[in-house]
Amino acid sequence: MNLLADLFLTFARIGLFTFGGGYAMIALIENACVANKQWITHDEMMDITVIAESTPGPIAINCATYVGYMRKGFAGALAATAGIVLPSFVIIYAISIFLDDFLAITAIAHAFQGIKIAVGILILDAAVKMLKKMPQKTMPRIIMAAAAAAMLAINIFSLRISSIVVMLAAGLVSLILYLTKKGGQAK
Amino acid sequence: MILLELLIGFLKVGCFAYGGAYAAIPLIRDIVLSYGWLDEEMLTYMIAVSESTPGPIMVNLATYVGSSQAGLAGALTATLAVVLPSFIIILLVTAMLKTVLKNQYVQAVLRGLKPGMIGIILATGIAMICRNGIVTEETVRLRPLFLTITLGAVYFGSRKIRKGGLSPIQLICLAAAAGIAVYGL
Repeated sequence: MNLLADLFLTFARIGLFTFGGGYAMIALIENACVANKQWITHDEMMDITVIAESTPGPIAINCATYVGYMRKGFAGALAATAGIVLPSFVIIYAISIFLDDFLAITAIAHAFQGIKIAVGILILDAAVKMLKKMPQKTMPRIIMAAAAAAMLAINIFSLRISSIVVMLAAGLVSLILYLTKKGGQAK
Repeated sequence: MILLELLIGFLKVGCFAYGGAYAAIPLIRDIVLSYGWLDEEMLTYMIAVSESTPGPIMVNLATYVGSSQAGLAGALTATLAVVLPSFIIILLVTAMLKTVLKNQYVQAVLRGLKPGMIGIILATGIAMICRNGIVTEETVRLRPLFLTITLGAVYFGSRKIRKGGLSPIQLICLAAAAGIAVYGL
C-alpha cells in the first residue's frame, strides 16, 4: 500500500478507537507504529513523548505529526495528522447537529444534570494526578499554589484576565528565579 | 467576523495548552465564555460528550464550538486552528529545534509553565464543582450537593476496591443514571 495512505489509515484507526485522548493514545500509537509497522523505534517513541509534553497541543497529534514527518516528510506529517483528527471531527460534527434536540428530552436533561457534576470531578482528578507527578520541590509547589490562587480569584470575582496571562507569568517567574540564582553563583 | 474570531480564539488554545487532555479545558473555557460562544452549562455538557467520544478532547471541543457558531465552515476553521500550532511546532522541533528544548533558559521557563498549568487546572476543577454541584445562584441546593458527594465518593472510593477504579466513561454513565434518578423520580 502507498505509504501516505497507510499513514492516514493507521492514524485514522487510532483516532477512531481512543477515548479520553492524551495518554490513552500513546499505548495505541506505540503498538501500531513501533511493534506493528516498525515506523519508529521505541527510543524515538520515548523521545516524542517527552517533546510532546514540553510543547503545546494534544499528545496524540504531536505523535502523529512526528511519525508522519519521519517517514515521509511534510506530506507524511499532513497525512498522519489529518488521519488522527478526521474521525473525531466527523463524530462531533454529527453530534453538534442533533445535540440541541437531544437535550430537549426531559430524561436526557436530567442525565446531564448528573453528568456535569461528573465532569467537575474528572477535571479535579486530572489535576490531582498531575500534582502527584510534579517534582516535589518548594519552587514548583509555590508556583502551582500561586497559579491556583490567581485562577480561583479570577473565577470568583469574574475578572477578565485570561489563564494565558497566568501561565506566562508562571514561566516568567521561573525564568527570573533561574537567572538570579545563576547570577548569584557567578559572583 | 465569526470565522476570524474562531481562528484566533482556537489558535490561542492550540498555542498554550500544555500537558495533555485536561490542560486545554481551562483555556477553552476562558476563551469560549469570553467570546460568548457557549454558556458554562453547554460547555460542561460538551466536555462530557468529548470525553465519551473518541479523539483528543481539545479537538472535539473545537469542532463542536465551531459548528455551533458557524456550521461546517466554523467546525473546519476551529479544528484547523487548534491543531495548527502543535503541527508547526513538531515540524520545527523534528527539523531543527530539538536542541532548543534542551536549552537551559527554555528549560527554566518550562519548569514554571508546568506547575502553573497544574494550578490552573486545579482551580478550574474546584470552580466547576462549586458552581455546578454546591452553590448555584448563591444558594446551596440539595440535589446537586447530594450528587456531588455521592459521585465523588464512588469515583475515588472505587480505586480502593479495584486497581484503577472507574474509568471516566464509566463515571459519566453512572452520573447520567444518577441524574435521571435524582431529578426524575
